[in-house]
Amino acid sequence: MSTVFTFRIDGKDVAGSEGQTVMEVAEENGIDIPALCHLEGIHDRGACRLCMVEIAGSPKLAAACMTRITEGMDVTAHSELLLEYRRTVTEMMFVERNHVCAVCVANNHCELQDTAEELGLTHFDLPRISPKVDIDASHRLFAIDHNRCILCLRCVRVCDEIEGAHTWDIMYRGLETRVQTDMGIPWGESTTCTSCGKCVQVCPTGALFEKGRAVARGSKTRRPFLPWMKVVAEERGL
Amino acid sequence: MSKPRVATVWLDGCSGCHMSLIDMDERILDIFERADLVYSPLVDYKDYPEDVDVCLVEGAVSSEEDLHKIKMVRERTKTLVSFGDCAVTSNVPGMRNPIGVAPLLDRAYRENVTLNPQMPSEIVPKLLPTSTPVHRVVKVDVFLPGCPPSADLIYTMLDDLLAGRVPDVAGSRFGR
Amino acid sequence: MSEMPAAARPVRRRVITEEINDEAPRAWAYVCEAASCMSGQAHDITLRLAGRAAEAGLTDVMIKRVGCLGLCAAGPLVEIAETGQLFGHVKPDDVEGIVTALQKVTPTDTRQPQGPFFEKQLRVATENMGRIDPENLDDYIERGGYEALKRVLSEMTSTAVRDEITRSGLRGRGGAGFPTGLKWTTVAKAQGTQKYVICNADEGDPGAFMDRSVLESDPFRILEGMAIAAFAVHATEGYIYCRAEYPLAVARLRTAIRLAQRAGYLGAGIADTSFNFDVQVRLGAGAFVCGEETALIASVEGRRGTPRPRPPYPAVQGLWDCPTLINNVETIASVPTILRNGPEWYAGIGLGKSKGTKVFALAGRIVNTGLVEVPMGMTLREIVYDIGGGIVDGRPFKAVQTGGPSGGCIPAEFLDIPVSYESLIELGSFMGSGGLIVMDDTSCMVDVAKYFQDFCRDESCGKCVPCRVGTTQLYMLLDLITRGEATMDDLAQLERLAVIIQKTALCGLGQGAPNPIFSTLRYFRDEYLAHIVDRVCPAGVCTITPAEVMA
Repeated sequence: MSTVFTFRIDGKDVAGSEGQTVMEVAEENGIDIPALCHLEGIHDRGACRLCMVEIAGSPKLAAACMTRITEGMDVTAHSELLLEYRRTVTEMMFVERNHVCAVCVANNHCELQDTAEELGLTHFDLPRISPKVDIDASHRLFAIDHNRCILCLRCVRVCDEIEGAHTWDIMYRGLETRVQTDMGIPWGESTTCTSCGKCVQVCPTGALFEKGRAVARGSKTRRPFLPWMKVVAEERGL
Repeated sequence: MSKPRVATVWLDGCSGCHMSLIDMDERILDIFERADLVYSPLVDYKDYPEDVDVCLVEGAVSSEEDLHKIKMVRERTKTLVSFGDCAVTSNVPGMRNPIGVAPLLDRAYRENVTLNPQMPSEIVPKLLPTSTPVHRVVKVDVFLPGCPPSADLIYTMLDDLLAGRVPDVAGSRFGR
Repeated sequence: MSEMPAAARPVRRRVITEEINDEAPRAWAYVCEAASCMSGQAHDITLRLAGRAAEAGLTDVMIKRVGCLGLCAAGPLVEIAETGQLFGHVKPDDVEGIVTALQKVTPTDTRQPQGPFFEKQLRVATENMGRIDPENLDDYIERGGYEALKRVLSEMTSTAVRDEITRSGLRGRGGAGFPTGLKWTTVAKAQGTQKYVICNADEGDPGAFMDRSVLESDPFRILEGMAIAAFAVHATEGYIYCRAEYPLAVARLRTAIRLAQRAGYLGAGIADTSFNFDVQVRLGAGAFVCGEETALIASVEGRRGTPRPRPPYPAVQGLWDCPTLINNVETIASVPTILRNGPEWYAGIGLGKSKGTKVFALAGRIVNTGLVEVPMGMTLREIVYDIGGGIVDGRPFKAVQTGGPSGGCIPAEFLDIPVSYESLIELGSFMGSGGLIVMDDTSCMVDVAKYFQDFCRDESCGKCVPCRVGTTQLYMLLDLITRGEATMDDLAQLERLAVIIQKTALCGLGQGAPNPIFSTLRYFRDEYLAHIVDRVCPAGVCTITPAEVMA
């Protein structure tokens, strides 16, 4: 039996079980905390920094997706300050690589686009970095356009934790960081990829997409399988 | 008192935002009941006049001509609106930025040309090293992203501006 | 315990002659063979010196390889132990003078004062530095080595050990200054049957070489300190995470581990007790972020070295999810001495809440570049001018940078502030691992901030957005300023962005990355303004193209 904690998010009294994260309890209570690396059904890594919340008594902000709830904690998930931080962090994601919504397969189905709208981001004060970034279209069914990748690593995690293939991983560091398949070989040559398409389904942007889809015609509709897969995996003790 | 003077400018863009402007349909009559359109690619004025109240700028700043034009527009305009994704983020025109001007022109005017391949040197304005959003060159007062921004959003924004309100651009987003 | 008799092994490089001489030597020459002097052919000097001394018939003289003698600026260094006479800038071809000096040493000679560089220091973590042969266990034992461990294992409980460390007031020397005793207690009390001790030797701050010198000069001390720590927190396995750029330190550590294992100071049944503890060396591949404890743990586990949010802290959930004690090299190096001399002795040194001593690596525009250990509470002026010998060419002092890329620059007006964890934080800097870079009027502070931002940008692991993208954005803004192309809006943007990165980045690297900007803006805002408004670089470092004629 786990203990139940009661605490507050944005002044609202909420309850959760020991071991749950602030993000989980917020989701259960209809409190929307923006996040791009978080996805229910795979492990959190606290990297996008959009879900940063204030916790009374703590001098530092905390990532809601990685913070376990405690009895009586007082969480502020929305404030002017947090909005400014979230806007700027989203802006950073946009200016990092070459996001061109107009020609993107995920246009109108994109979580990055949605986040910008939600946060009221209308333009970028930061200059674009405009790096030269590759596209790998060697796979029979799918392609990856690194221009649109925000390094949330959902693909890496779903491939490892749910599909069990661990085709995806990361290479290099800093701005050079890239997701990669099988130690950096072209995706089409990967011997571990099962072509299951889970990575494409979880990608928040148009970085991973099905071939043959036109602009704005990508879709990510088959995601609900994730939490279910996780339950199955846990029950089997995997 | 004379009516507010409105202008629209077309820099490096596809004119889609202007199409969206026209998509306001009959509401365009309402807008220009209340304002004068003093300069626009849609009408036949040759020179950008002085004392413009509101100017919608479509397109990114990509060439020396764009740069010259936008600086002049800024000087003569009270409220400058960055109109659509190209003006706001440099969008599609900005896709050339990682490539660089020389390889870009090479590709366009030499590699893929069979008859008389040569670099343009006259008439066509020189490209800037990068294609930039308008607000990186001059100060911008209102941002209206969208590719293109919907006719409804454009109407609401113009309606607000003409009524002297701070324009409400909620619901605007990059892309569509 | 089977401690090998010292006589059974050749321990020192006695001057090679036909004759066997068992008497105590009349004179010793210590040749510094740490990395800095080694790069000046120090090993050749040892060989030549031994050869020349043999030719001169000095059978009663010993030539010994030692670790860092401290005054790296004058390397390669040779010291005559009896008189304290120091030979600097020695070349393999000019050992003649040293041989002559060795001939003159008489039994009545006493060590002469070596000047303020040495006299004003107080050596705790570095007490054996330049005294012992780093690859000789007997030499270490002769100078009190392993006394503390033996006493701990035979006379003390783990609680008592932790209590002594707590009472000594020792704090983490890696930078943040977390109380060491508290950390040990947390690990000791954490749930788990398997616990680990990790020594963080991934020293990566620009201009810092304290840990390298300690490892190269006195590796046994680290092993002893780690064994004591392991006993205190109930751990049985230890790792030393050392960067691969320190090949000499790694080689000496490995030798030391082998010797200590053979002598029964590592492995099963240490010093004839039931205490087991063994140490392995793990090499870092040069990522700065791996000095951050959670990234370091990931790297030791064989994963990509990226940090994760804390809590859970490594003390509760660390290496392979077991409670793990991570201490910096210097912290661990202080432990044996503290236990030997008693916690009260150590707590008696220092200032306020900053007890004991701190090792600093002096670098930059300072005369005596090198390694020093001073009591906490010494003023920067004493460190820079008395010990450091002042500024090169007598130029005016401008600032001192402490704390590496997460630290800050302290201007001349605060030279008389006593150095402690608290005072440095108050000044907007940071103790850090102990790099101390001195700058004179030829340094442009905007350029300095840009340099550190470039470092952070390059070393960002790429995990979290604010650090990965933000540090590059800060760098671009600083670059704009140094080129004289920035506006006041850019300066405002720089300040705004710096705060956001500090607040939202995942680990210390990102959170600390804006610090050099904050501190240079705090003390040298006028230099920023000069670049932006007047478009000149006051120090003449930045190349600013003349203002265009505005159209």
